[in-house]
Amino acid sequence: MGSAKEGVAHWWAQRVSAVALIPLTLWFFFSLLALPDLQFDTVKIWLGLPISSLLALLLVTVLFYHSYLGTSVIVEDYVHAAGAKLLWLLALRFLYVLAGAAALFAILRVAFGS
Amino acid sequence: MPQRARPLSPHVRIYRWQIGNTLSILHRITGAALALGLLVLSYWLISLAGGAAAYAAAMSVLAGPAGTIALIGWTFAFLYHLLNGIRHLFWDAGLGFERVQRHLSGWVVVLAALGATACVWGLLLFGTHP
Repeated sequence: MGSAKEGVAHWWAQRVSAVALIPLTLWFFFSLLALPDLQFDTVKIWLGLPISSLLALLLVTVLFYHSYLGTSVIVEDYVHAAGAKLLWLLALRFLYVLAGAAALFAILRVAFGS
Repeated sequence: MPQRARPLSPHVRIYRWQIGNTLSILHRITGAALALGLLVLSYWLISLAGGAAAYAAAMSVLAGPAGTIALIGWTFAFLYHLLNGIRHLFWDAGLGFERVQRHLSGWVVVLAALGATACVWGLLLFGTHP
């Protein structure tokens, strides 16, 4: 792992995910603002709509990916010792997969009922 | 590799702060803040899947004073990172590199993000919207 090994692919992935996130994040932001309130039932019914669940799954996937790419660049820039850098990058990757999977699972659970 | 402390670029202590590098570091700071926000987003979604009681507990934290301040900060971070990210995408396409364009687009991004944050939270906190 690291920018010197896979820099070009990383650069492109960061930008392609950024472009995808423009509509996805704006959809999420304005959808929440447009809800009459943020009570449990209101939010659950909204997120349970097929179109909302689908877009939320896409949003979380791309968002966590984009954020992982960004934070890994921060680690690469500021952690200089090779061993510590690898540990940080691995820890980040584990944390992102864990938190991202939990978020995706939560959306699926709302979409398909529990 | 010899571990000699070599100077890093840019030389932070002798570098004159200006809008270009300020907005650049702000892009990174807001990105890092939004990364922390993803943990909260995860927690919020999990609480929604967990049922009414878990969701109410999450919302009481988020709607409290500290939660509200954090959400206002994340709103600005999101809007700034979004708008400045679009500015970066234009640069990647080779557009807007002239000095005047860079400075103008920089100020537009900062003021638009601040203005939109103020509008959204003004409506949420003081508007008729419940």
